[in-house]
Amino acid sequence: MTPIILQVRNLKKYFPVRANLFSREQKFVHAVDDISFNVTKGRTLGIVGESGCGKSTTARLIANLMPADSGAIIFNGEGVGEIGGLELKSFRKKLQMVFQDSFASLNPRLTISETISYGPMVHDTSKEDAHLQAHDLLAKVGLDPDLFASRYPHELSGGQRQRVNIARALAFNPEVVILDEAVAALDKSVQAQVLNLLQDLKAEFELTYLFISHDLHVVHYISDDVMVMYLGQIVEMGPVEQVYSEAAHPYTRALLSAIPSMDPAHRTQKSPITGDPPNPIHPPSGCRFHDRCEHARAICASLVPALMPVQSSHVVACHMNHPSSGYETSGSDVQYASAGATR
Amino acid sequence: MSAIKPLVSVEHLSLAFTGNRKAQALTDVSFHLHAGEVLGLLGESGSGKSVTLRTLLRLHSERTTQISGLITVDGLDVLALNSRALQAYRGATTSMIFQEPGLAFDPVYTIGQQIVEVILAHEAVNHSVARHRALEMLDRVQIPQARRRFDAYPHELSGGMRQRAMIALALACKPKLLLADEPTTALDATVQIQILLLLRELQKETGMAVIFVTHDIGAAVEIADRIAVMYGGRIAEENAVAGIVQHPSHPYTAGLLGATVDSSHRGKPLISIPGSPPNLANLPPGCPFAPRCTSASDQCRTECPSVVESPAHADLASPPRLACWHPIR
Repeated sequence: MTPIILQVRNLKKYFPVRANLFSREQKFVHAVDDISFNVTKGRTLGIVGESGCGKSTTARLIANLMPADSGAIIFNGEGVGEIGGLELKSFRKKLQMVFQDSFASLNPRLTISETISYGPMVHDTSKEDAHLQAHDLLAKVGLDPDLFASRYPHELSGGQRQRVNIARALAFNPEVVILDEAVAALDKSVQAQVLNLLQDLKAEFELTYLFISHDLHVVHYISDDVMVMYLGQIVEMGPVEQVYSEAAHPYTRALLSAIPSMDPAHRTQKSPITGDPPNPIHPPSGCRFHDRCEHARAICASLVPALMPVQSSHVVACHMNHPSSGYETSGSDVQYASAGATR
Repeated sequence: MSAIKPLVSVEHLSLAFTGNRKAQALTDVSFHLHAGEVLGLLGESGSGKSVTLRTLLRLHSERTTQISGLITVDGLDVLALNSRALQAYRGATTSMIFQEPGLAFDPVYTIGQQIVEVILAHEAVNHSVARHRALEMLDRVQIPQARRRFDAYPHELSGGMRQRAMIALALACKPKLLLADEPTTALDATVQIQILLLLRELQKETGMAVIFVTHDIGAAVEIADRIAVMYGGRIAEENAVAGIVQHPSHPYTAGLLGATVDSSHRGKPLISIPGSPPNLANLPPGCPFAPRCTSASDQCRTECPSVVESPAHADLASPPRLACWHPIR
């Protein structure tokens, strides 16, 4: 059995929304609502979902870029930031992040080699060593150090900047790298180059990736496991081939069939799902997807489905898949489906 | 050439930005579009696809752009229109939908007010008729509870709803040509497919012509009849959708298709195009794609190929066209 490198336990984050001047009620965006999962060492976990589903918040909570309301992150068996656990400063060396906006995540006043060596120098590496390492890393990500080391971020193209961000993330020899929409802003032809680079680096440095994306093709390509999120919760999780071929949650199925067909003779005829994702300030009761789900019955609006296995490591949160849930006997109450459209 | 006059014809259009940042954005772009046709303009950032679209509405500042060539839409010489005629042309003959509907709407007026304003500006109707038409349009684009949304401000609608409202606004005066500038790029996949299907339906219903700009081949395949692939401010290849997807002739088109990830690639390295898109301020002398092309010869590096119609299909109304010295067969 391969070891679990990262455990996420009951992670929760609500963002307060500035209330109306006259209302007393404090409202919250339920960004991440009680999620738990494990990341296996050496595998890539893809996280997919629509905007506002909490995938980026999850990444930021794991990297400790903002405090969680509750929950725990356990890295290699040690609780992160807990007394007697792993110190935050050493945790940050083991887990690094690459963001979507390659320009905003680089300091415009530092040259590329200064950017990459900055982190290690903070962590007590000598200046000479850090610079040598920066040059090595630049070569590893396919940028000639003699040409690029002394350049500034604005002198590089988008794809080159993202390579620099990847090199900077690798400067600590991290064990886990979180890639938050890291290839989303790149042109298709450049995106393929960066995806190939990520695959090569993963093999070379024995990395574990958390790959967050809204592009289902890219997630399918790069991930070993995939986790589907909807309104702050996990709806389905499992090995990527299994989830893509035998999706058990209606939302996953809708998401997968919303991909444009590449065959002009077989264009999409019917939208798999109607409406926009609901407002995360007032998430629907019961199963959060019930107001857009064509299979919804009365029970779906009242009872929150738990994540339960359909096959060994393939879990899904949907009453339809669990005979004991009472879905079969529940009346098909379509009233909820129409109420959802008005939000 | 077909006997019917095309609705849109763009001939030898070149455009250079001459302001602080100089760039040769378009070079010798020509294409035709018949009424009821949907043309997809496909390309990466900086390929000139959005600039082409904006030039069709003359949205670029005249002080800092240098345009040459000829644009005819529905018999009008667009580049020669005076400001009054231009006002009548924008919104009535040709209208546009944008990538960010949140930025395209005026935040201080309601959706309804803005649609009514467009109708009143272009047609001699009174306010109540315009209001009725605006409501009808909101219904047509499948906005639930159109009556309530009529009085909503743009920020009160979700991204998908705003894009629908944007489409209602653009189609309010029954334009003959709709320009769509990446209208689904900012949307989620489940909403994107809804908007694509809606556009397809409205296009069939009204018989308007559409130019759909996108960087996503999937979206283009869903909506377009023909696709023109742009690179470095030029048209590289133009063909029916099936031709582009199944038999790409230009190495760039083939590279783009190869680099588009799909399920069949799993476990294999992707075939990527080396290098990065060209700098428009400093284009290479020959074919703009030559520095990244694996089959480039000396001819490619010195001499730019012009767009040539395929002689084998000359009988078609819009025969495949290609600009390449060494096409893939």
